Amino acid sequence: MVIKINTIQDKFMVAFIIRRAIQAILVMLIISLIGFSIKSNIGDPVRDLVGERVTPAERAEIADQLGLNDPFSTQYIRFVKNVLHGDFGTSLIYRKPCLEVILKHAPATIELVLGAALIIILISLPLGVFSALKPKHLFSRFIMGFSTLGVSIPVFLTAIMFIYLFSVTLGWLPSYGRGETIDIFNNGYWNSGFLTIDGLRHLILPCISLASIMLPLYIRLIRSEMMEVLETEYIKYAWAKGLSPMRIWLVHAFKNTLLPVVTVFGLQIGIMFAFTILTETVFQWQGMGFMFLEAIQRADISLLIAYLVIVASVFVLVNTVVDIFYGFINPTVRISGTK
Amino acid sequence: MKKLMLLGLSLFMVLFFTCTASSKTLKVGLDADPVSLDPQVQLSGGMLQLSHWVFDPLVRWNKDHKIVPRLASKWERLDELTMRFYLHKGVKFHSGNTFTAKDVKWSFERLQKSVDFKGLFEPFESVTIVDDYTVDIKTKKAYPLLLNMATYIFPMDSEFYTGTDDTGQPKDACVKFTHTFANGNESGTGAFVVKKFEQGIVLEMTRFKDYWDTKSPGNVDKFILTPIKENATRVAALLSGDVDFISPVPPTDFKRIQSDSKLNLVTLNGGRIITFQMNQDRVEAFKDARVRNAICYAVNNTGIVKKIMKGTASVAAQQSPVGYAGYKESLIPRYDLKKAKALMKEAGYAKGFEITMMAPNDRYVNDAKIAEATAQMLAKIGIKVNLKTMPKAQYWDEFDKQAADMMMIGWHSDTEDSGNFSEFLTMCRNADTGYGQYNSGAYCNKTIDELVIGAQSETDLTKRAEMLKEVEQILYDEAAFLPFHWQNHSYAAKKNFKIKPIVNALNFPYFGDLVIE
Repeated sequence: MVIKINTIQDKFMVAFIIRRAIQAILVMLIISLIGFSIKSNIGDPVRDLVGERVTPAERAEIADQLGLNDPFSTQYIRFVKNVLHGDFGTSLIYRKPCLEVILKHAPATIELVLGAALIIILISLPLGVFSALKPKHLFSRFIMGFSTLGVSIPVFLTAIMFIYLFSVTLGWLPSYGRGETIDIFNNGYWNSGFLTIDGLRHLILPCISLASIMLPLYIRLIRSEMMEVLETEYIKYAWAKGLSPMRIWLVHAFKNTLLPVVTVFGLQIGIMFAFTILTETVFQWQGMGFMFLEAIQRADISLLIAYLVIVASVFVLVNTVVDIFYGFINPTVRISGTK
Repeated sequence: MKKLMLLGLSLFMVLFFTCTASSKTLKVGLDADPVSLDPQVQLSGGMLQLSHWVFDPLVRWNKDHKIVPRLASKWERLDELTMRFYLHKGVKFHSGNTFTAKDVKWSFERLQKSVDFKGLFEPFESVTIVDDYTVDIKTKKAYPLLLNMATYIFPMDSEFYTGTDDTGQPKDACVKFTHTFANGNESGTGAFVVKKFEQGIVLEMTRFKDYWDTKSPGNVDKFILTPIKENATRVAALLSGDVDFISPVPPTDFKRIQSDSKLNLVTLNGGRIITFQMNQDRVEAFKDARVRNAICYAVNNTGIVKKIMKGTASVAAQQSPVGYAGYKESLIPRYDLKKAKALMKEAGYAKGFEITMMAPNDRYVNDAKIAEATAQMLAKIGIKVNLKTMPKAQYWDEFDKQAADMMMIGWHSDTEDSGNFSEFLTMCRNADTGYGQYNSGAYCNKTIDELVIGAQSETDLTKRAEMLKEVEQILYDEAAFLPFHWQNHSYAAKKNFKIKPIVNALNFPYFGDLVIE
């Protein structure tokens, strides 16, 4: 594709993209620096690799082989150099390239978040709309009361209660892990739990637990947005026009309710990834959160830094792309940035 | 169409019944899984457990703490330095190769090079092949623990591990932090063959059909190990029937499991002593044996076992647990607050003093709680404690730096012998010899050093036991450390899994011999 730069506007656009790209690289460097500077506080990774009997001299030798005794700047420059060659280092506890370890743990987390998002959408939409349309109905009051309760219970407590109720007492659902998974691409990377009945059964409790944090929030958000929309002039006009209630609610009001909700939802999905750490710990779900915690506990600093950098790069990349698109869609974004 | 359905149905029936009738599956949930398939890469509980499942040692400990034959069917002492082992004949490795004396020699020599094991095998000289099924193991000087150490020799298939792998690396490489052939492949003589190993996720094994030990009553066909680190989740997995066996069982859930008619709980004294060391270099008062004694008298360790450990530990007043050569029955827990106060007064510290204390919070069972209780108990004799607890990943650095006046340390003897405790915990700290490596208290007593080193080469076992008992007595009288208890191992399983005969003080459940009813 050939890009012709012939108008002033296009010149601005190119400058904008370059600026954004430089900013992104700077952010990445800073994040990797932060990761690197905390690593000495995580603990000594060699301790976890050896038995208690191994002498300090031998531990020092292993640390030397791993390059842990080099000065900070040497280690950091070596790390950046390797990353530029696509090498994020080798995980000390998994004994495999960090990138491979992270990519293999990612699908479990993505499936968990996907399942939770699905539950949120399927439940919050009807409940939110209902409680907006019939705010005085007994069921609406029940929903609102219940959602207050839901917001105030921490996710690990919800998860443990679910396990004791549905697994231990009733015996309906499995208590931990991912169950039977299918290797989608036959290369060991994406093991999916969505394709087997056992895998789906294992997904239910963790997904509901994870959804429980956001669900009440969305019900309330949809309710208040919808109630606001219902008060607007054009809805009143629609009523006056004599349209059927169903059409007013579902087509005119609901559509406009969705706009802010979708925006918030997009932002919150990232936060949901953060919450997976708790859910994955309780359910021993072998995802990225679980892996991250394991890396901290066992002082696997290589994996920790690789994780920070990779996750940060995903966020930076997405944000940069979004910003660039905004630039295309809404020129004022660019202009405000040119001053 | 009808035929097809009939065919499908019958096929399903056949599959269904063959599955339920013959296959006995064992699902195990442990707090940690092995980090590798290479039995020599790391000396840790998890790795030794794996070694007993997938490999077999020359000899092993039984439930009564006696050494019994495994791949070595019998042994005899030739002279002060040499022990002759007669090997089992007709033993096959998982690869199909036959097990002979050369595999013992090969594995032994690899052990001597392994970072984790070379310390343990330091007293050893060499292995000599007498014939295909006889080997002589020689030590540098008289070594009474030769047989104890033979429990660590798990012969590996020397042919299988010879050559180079796909990446051009030698197959026998023993490296901790990169991928090696032995980290991901195995050929042992053990009851189970590894089918799938995803570290941290699952370890799947099936019974080895040519297993040499035909007398073993074990009938587990398939053995699936999943690590479940969260205590609550592990217990829930057993209660809900998702796994058949768990270990360790958190003390708070003992009652619940005992009261369940479908489950069985087994606990055993595990021999890991939990102690606090009092640093004499940092605190002048700790140089006075009266002050150290006062601390021992002030801490109610019996109460800690009852209240904090819920009875899942054995109260201790010495390093050696029952059954060890140095165990002295007369050393009993001292708790006497009056006496403690009197001792403080006598030493001139009636008003007490202030100290710092550190303990890990994820290394030993209830470690942080024990430290908190100790701090409160010491307050009663005027010692104000500033306590800091932290994860083990950070704790060991602090321990090496001797960063606090009192530091917690737990120890399990690798040799299953009393001397090992002193060698690491209470002998004078010496960087050259490595003795006292975990002695953060700077306690140093020449008599102890002489006795322990003497015991290392004393082959008269009665005399040796006397020496080790004397060590315990001196340590007790001088209050060299503050003892708490020996941690218990705890196992829980469904009733039809007969776990009692297969568990032992070493925490190596011999699943090869497990009977499922």
